[in-house]
Amino acid sequence: MAHNNQLDSWEVFMQARPGANYIHQGSVHASDRKMALQNARDTYSRRGEGTSIWVVPTDEIAASNPDDAEMLFDPSNDKIYRLPTFYTMPEGAKQI
Amino acid sequence: MDQVQDIVSKDRAMLARFEERVQAGDAVEPRDWMPEAYRKHLIRQISQHAHSEVIGMQPEGNWITRAPSLRAKQILLAKIQDEGGHGLYLYSAAETLGITRTEMIGQLHTGKAKYSNIFNYPTLTWADIGAIGWLVDGAAIVNQVSLQRTSYAPYSRAMVRICKEESFHQRQGYEIMAKMMKGTAEQKEMAQDAMNRWWWPSLMMFGPHDSDSPHAADAFRWKIKRHTNDELRQKFIDKTVPQAELIGLTVPDPDLKWNDEKGGYDHGEINWDEFKQVINGNGPCNKQRLQHHKQVHDNGAWVREAAEAYKARTNNQSSN
Amino acid sequence: MTQQEALFKYILRLGDNALIHSHRLSEWCSNAPFLEEDLALTNLALDMIGRAQALLQYAGSVEGKGRTEDTLAYRRSERQYYNNLLVELPNTDFAYTIARLLFVSAFEKEYYAALQNSADSTLAAIAAKTLKEIKYHFAHAHDWVVRLGMGTEESKQRVQNAVNDWWMYTSELFEMDETDEQLVKDGIVPDLKALYPAWLQAVTDTLKAASLDVPVSGYMQTGSRKGIHTEHLGHLLSEMQYLQRAYPDAEW
Repeated sequence: MAHNNQLDSWEVFMQARPGANYIHQGSVHASDRKMALQNARDTYSRRGEGTSIWVVPTDEIAASNPDDAEMLFDPSNDKIYRLPTFYTMPEGAKQI
Repeated sequence: MDQVQDIVSKDRAMLARFEERVQAGDAVEPRDWMPEAYRKHLIRQISQHAHSEVIGMQPEGNWITRAPSLRAKQILLAKIQDEGGHGLYLYSAAETLGITRTEMIGQLHTGKAKYSNIFNYPTLTWADIGAIGWLVDGAAIVNQVSLQRTSYAPYSRAMVRICKEESFHQRQGYEIMAKMMKGTAEQKEMAQDAMNRWWWPSLMMFGPHDSDSPHAADAFRWKIKRHTNDELRQKFIDKTVPQAELIGLTVPDPDLKWNDEKGGYDHGEINWDEFKQVINGNGPCNKQRLQHHKQVHDNGAWVREAAEAYKARTNNQSSN
Repeated sequence: MTQQEALFKYILRLGDNALIHSHRLSEWCSNAPFLEEDLALTNLALDMIGRAQALLQYAGSVEGKGRTEDTLAYRRSERQYYNNLLVELPNTDFAYTIARLLFVSAFEKEYYAALQNSADSTLAAIAAKTLKEIKYHFAHAHDWVVRLGMGTEESKQRVQNAVNDWWMYTSELFEMDETDEQLVKDGIVPDLKALYPAWLQAVTDTLKAASLDVPVSGYMQTGSRKGIHTEHLGHLLSEMQYLQRAYPDAEW
């Protein structure tokens, strides 16, 4: 029913300073990309929080199923050889 | 029959696991399994909270064009804009539970969803803007700080952001009151009058005594709520009374006195009849606030329709 | 008229335009078509109040009689206000508000870009800050005019009406009086007439992108350079100035 429509939902990601990761802020409603960007700017950067914005239609986000969490993430818990602290360095070795 | 049994026992197991997780302090994310009652409770609470922010724009908005200095106008406008932003964060949090903003606004308009009683009182003088910032936002922040650790993660994330942004709201209200109490006799009178009218409704904002609070048990078991209404109310009174005294305002409660034993103030009984009357639609501004919201919603329909039509048209163009 | 008097009067015009336009935009707070746009319109109003503050404060210091931005905003009467008529007209509806924002921001975009080169360093600094804000105002207005023009039959009609009805207030933006002549000569302010072609181009481009008709310029409204306004300004000021006028001894 168009009359009551509150437009589509978009997810907002913002970069706090150049080079930083984009971090999820929340969402806004908008009917097109330009509007989504402007609404994200007007909603989430009122206190100078950002240098850059991404917006993504909420429906376009694929999320993993929480029931799959064990299958997806537990297997990497014991692969500690991927971390630098796993390795023993000779005493006195520098810059490695 | 066996099948039904199976479903029931499976649900029981899920519920037990859910409550165990919540008790352990785990945050609940939108796609996690949750009991239907938990989802419903959250939708009711978060949407009510969102509606309160949005309806709350009206009593303060009543003074934007009459703010007495450019600085005051700027601050008030920024503050009301924050309330709108907070409503927006909260609608978004509620939407993760499978309800749309359109549906929530529909429920507000039919009266199914409520908003905070406090916004059904009128803002009669400029001092009311001070009183709202200081007392109403002061009461709200006590509640909101507590909700930052609520179990539902999107709600909690919204509350963290809201608390950060709200930190200036109470100060701006207190500053207005302090300035007026240092001003002319008329200003002092205005400030005390606002205090008299807003004090009791502010105490009512924390809701009924816990013994009379209908949904309290679930809310605590599921860690949606972390402190009781009376605990939060006490906290608010204890921090606010000295602030009033500091600037020379009298708290309009003859029974208010410090209780050494409990380390807090005792206060007079709240007029719960008034509370119920206002909830049931008989407050001074209930009809006006809702009418305003509906009218704005209707007046904006053609704009939203245009935006939708434009989207449809440009989508067609780009796919051609 | 001395240079100082001319400059004072001229800065009042700039400050009044920002103040009165911001007042109209602030009336949208809790009245916008949806929540996000409520925040957006408020942001525009806040930009303009900030600008009004800076300009009126500077006007007060140029005048040198101890008047603050608040005395200038709250204690002058309608005949002492110099904002363009366009910004004081009632909001009417969203289409009118957006059409006005398009007209004004398309003008201010050119104006403040030129004012950045002012020989007056305070004005140049205010202009540089303001220009960033205006670019966003223009983008917001442009996008909405296009959406409304290319939206539904109703929205197209409404925005076309707004453009047509308020077109007659646009040439006043470019009107120059003796204060302008005097200050242009010294490189303090831009020649407004020179900004017109770029303005017309920007507005025409937007209206075309929105498949709207560009009105034919006919008789144009005027008066604000002499402090002659529409009936609306008096009501706006009596509301805005109410507390300051009712309690002249109070500080807020």
